[in-house]
Amino acid sequence: MTDPARIRNFSIVAHIDHGKSTLADRLIQATGTVADRDMKDQILDSMEIERERGITIKANTVRLDYRAKDGQDYVLNLIDTPGHVDFAYEVSRSMRAVEGSLLVVDASQGVEAQTLANVYQAIDAGHEIVPVLNKIDLPAADPDRVRAQIEDVIGLDASDAVLISAKSGLGIPDVLEAIVHRLPPPRGDRDAPLKAMLVDSWYDPYLGVVVMIRVMDGVVRKGDRIRMMATGAVYGIDKLAVLRPQMKDIAELGPGEIGVFTASIKQVRDTRVGDTITHERRGTDTPLPGFKPAQPVVFCGLFPVDAAQFEDLRDAIEKLALNDASFSYEMETSAALGFGFRCGFLGLLHLEVIRDRLEREYDLDLITTAPSVVYHLHMKDGTMRDLHNPADMPDLTLVDHIEEPRIKATILVPDEYLGDVLKLCQDRRGIQLNLTYAGSRAMVEYDLPLNEVVFDFYDRLKSVTKGYASFDYQITGYRQDNLVKMQILVNGEPVDALSMMVHRDRAETRGRAMVEKLKELIPRHMFQIPIQAAIGGKVIARETLSALRKDVTAKCYGGDATRKRKLLEKQKAGKKRMRQFGKVDIPQEAFISALKMDG
Amino acid sequence: MRAGGPSAYLPPMIPDPAPPAEPLALYVHWPFCAAKCPYCDFNSHVAPRVDHEGWRRALVAEIARMRAETGPRPLSSVFFGGGTPSLMEPETVEAVLEAARAAWGFRNDVEITMEANPASADAGRFRAYAAAGVGRLSLGVQALDDRALRALGRLHGADEARAALRLAREVFGRVSLDLIYARQDQTPEAWAAELAEALRLADGHLSLYALTIEDGTAFGARWRAGRLRGLPDEDRAVALWEVTQRLTEAAGLPAYEISNHARPGEESRHNLTYWRGGDWVGIGPGAHGRLTLGGRRWATEAVRAPGAWLAAVAGRGSGEAAREALPPREAAEERLMMGLRLAEGVEEAALGPLGDLEARLGPLEAEGLLVREGGRLRATERGRPLLDALLRAILA
Ligand SMILES: Nc1nc2c(ncn2[C@@H]2O[C@H](COP(=O)(O)OP(=O)(O)OP(=O)(O)O)[C@@H](O)[C@H]2O)c(=O)[nH]1
Ligand code: SF4
Ligand SMILES: [Mg+2]
Repeated sequence: MTDPARIRNFSIVAHIDHGKSTLADRLIQATGTVADRDMKDQILDSMEIERERGITIKANTVRLDYRAKDGQDYVLNLIDTPGHVDFAYEVSRSMRAVEGSLLVVDASQGVEAQTLANVYQAIDAGHEIVPVLNKIDLPAADPDRVRAQIEDVIGLDASDAVLISAKSGLGIPDVLEAIVHRLPPPRGDRDAPLKAMLVDSWYDPYLGVVVMIRVMDGVVRKGDRIRMMATGAVYGIDKLAVLRPQMKDIAELGPGEIGVFTASIKQVRDTRVGDTITHERRGTDTPLPGFKPAQPVVFCGLFPVDAAQFEDLRDAIEKLALNDASFSYEMETSAALGFGFRCGFLGLLHLEVIRDRLEREYDLDLITTAPSVVYHLHMKDGTMRDLHNPADMPDLTLVDHIEEPRIKATILVPDEYLGDVLKLCQDRRGIQLNLTYAGSRAMVEYDLPLNEVVFDFYDRLKSVTKGYASFDYQITGYRQDNLVKMQILVNGEPVDALSMMVHRDRAETRGRAMVEKLKELIPRHMFQIPIQAAIGGKVIARETLSALRKDVTAKCYGGDATRKRKLLEKQKAGKKRMRQFGKVDIPQEAFISALKMDG
Repeated sequence: MRAGGPSAYLPPMIPDPAPPAEPLALYVHWPFCAAKCPYCDFNSHVAPRVDHEGWRRALVAEIARMRAETGPRPLSSVFFGGGTPSLMEPETVEAVLEAARAAWGFRNDVEITMEANPASADAGRFRAYAAAGVGRLSLGVQALDDRALRALGRLHGADEARAALRLAREVFGRVSLDLIYARQDQTPEAWAAELAEALRLADGHLSLYALTIEDGTAFGARWRAGRLRGLPDEDRAVALWEVTQRLTEAAGLPAYEISNHARPGEESRHNLTYWRGGDWVGIGPGAHGRLTLGGRRWATEAVRAPGAWLAAVAGRGSGEAAREALPPREAAEERLMMGLRLAEGVEEAALGPLGDLEARLGPLEAEGLLVREGGRLRATERGRPLLDALLRAILA
């Protein structure tokens, strides 16, 4: 057990790619936590998909031992957080477990949208914040300008920001000293009943569910019987450990400490992040305030390309869900696609990550249907229903009105691209809330419908600003609007997997874009194929895919038969990546590509 | 090549059977050409020197080897293809035909065809080929227009082709000629005029091929680099196809196969063997064969590179590179792919291994692309130019 006065708990937060995980590497190395020969870049990003994409998806904790310049030994608990907006929830819950934050800002890029979002969260959590200017090795680094920006835009004193290069290791000793001297120690009563916060949990193939906790009061020991206050479930602690970053057994954890335990818990879903853990007997009566669970905001259908793989998909989703409680799923049937699952995600990147993992780790080929947000249907009988799937839209005569989720978006953009950004937001039915300047950069805030943002807003924003804009959002609530369900008919047959909710005023534009896109994506057939977008029974956009008129091999003699047969095998494989709708084969990519808007 | 040699995979030779054996076709591949044409993806090569004596021996040896496998079956046709078989020494043609006759024997109505180029040197050997036993000549005219012939990289001119054709008609009992259409900048009107002349010059058979740009050819590379202009778009391709059908029908030489037109009775019997799923022995570099032996259909394939083939025949007594027993399903797929090329179509009875095709055929029939009648399945006039798409719809 460690004296709380010798503990410092902190999260590392920043905009995506500003160097959080690299800084974590240097701190791990400088404290000798991992031997140099075992070190690798972004060592905490251990998931395959994190390493492949070079981003952090899951917050990671590591405990460091540090002998400060004053000769005292300290225990530092570091939480490296993800930068991408989809995983903002990881940041917010991590912050609840610690007292301070290192706010990393790329000295060549300056303050970005997630920098802001993270600072506000850190302030909310009552954190002490130490600004760290990273990447000062880059020729484009301009620490003075960025310091001024931090003061102007965020209103944070940056005069004693620590200047570092996480890559070269420059300034790392100063970071360690700043942690010890500028961040507060945790407080807590060792003699009070046990009160620990359930910060995170995950599934380990060897150990089962691992629960990460932060002890507030009291002491927890191996073998203790504990109760999860929200669920009421009681467990015996089998293993108690700290992360270095491998698990290292420890006899007990006291106030201010962060560690993990296992207790024969079957599923990650049996644990509730934010829950309070206490002893079964003589426990506390006052739980911690807890925090709201992550809410999936984007829903889509996942179907196996090969219908025979449905059971494999079910198996894969269930296994993945053991490990990751952040996505939801339920079975779905589609007239066109057969059996699959309707899944909820924290955002589009999260969707991609989960789909990638399913395809790769479980060797599946999946069709992803149009992502949708959750609409509130207010029925004529006064009840309210959630609509996760446009295909489930009930008879309109039963619906009084529809509400959609809205967000507050914050965008930072160099002045010269501001016009394009405003136009993009306006096109997406945005309402401008605020526009301020910080040097040559504008900060705009928009109220936008989530459904206009979910799919390709971020891609569009990046392309109109050549990558110079940054973007963050928060869901603010629901608002009524003139929303309709748009169907796509291919050769006269509605393709439920392509139907979507749209604003009436945007329906023609979206419908036109969709049918034009589909015309490119669907291969020509031996007959002509009308492709239509319709609302109710009314067609609002139409394209015709002309019929194939000539497709025949000119020469085919004895020696060509084998070649023809081999070609056929390839065509069979190609056909497997198509789905049949009536007489028409639609390639699986069409379901996602058709939604990408060019304007 | 599998250990033990190919014969290890064939049933032992069956003693001369009582019932009359199924006839057999023989294909002989001659892989050399005077120059490589830019559109050609055949197994054809330009060689500075050819050891004619060695090739003769090897072809004759292959005939003997195959005879041991097939047992006695009369040959209904022999076809010298290439490459340019009209570069063969007449002695070689004679030796091959002599060996084939000795090995299998010829049916009375045997059809012996040779492909030939119209260049005058080749034409000079026509009489000698006829004397060796060739009865049908297939002349690679390709175009009756000098500019087009140059664009196609051909060594002969249009007048040379006309002369060769006249000579061939004098020398051989039957003559066919090949033309390539859907060429760069070719209009349907120009093609109609050219085809009309060809029909006047023709004997009873024409092969009319729409130019196809193949990977691995000079045209393929030029096309990919965007330097092959003036090729027809789909509208023009369809117009050219339609002109072809209209003129040949009017002249009494309708298409009996996608690209082959004949006065009834003048069809190439050898090629019909391929399309009707008969048996043939293929010898020479890269030649394929199909043999029904012991109730199974075998696909054979010879070593492709001429030098390697020659070495294989001399060294290990077989030019074969691979053989496989086609599973019934694949054999039936092949039947369908080949059979639908014919105007007469394919017997439905041969498609049994493909299972119930109703769900696939029904809509195509309703669409007017296929018909089923008299126990046969065939592509309609509308379906034939879409045959590849039809086959995908049925089989993929
Ligand atoms: N030149 C330079 N590059 C750096 C420095 N620190 C980090 N980088 C590079 O910046 C990129 C992003 O670094 P990460 O540490 O993965 O950034 P992150 O903030 O953890 O990113 P997310 O977790 O995805 O939000 C990597 O290519 C690093 O090598 C630095 O001090 N100098
Ligand atoms: S002559 Fe015939 S086989 Fe030889 S290269 Fe030309 S097209 Fe090909
Ligand atoms: Mg990271």
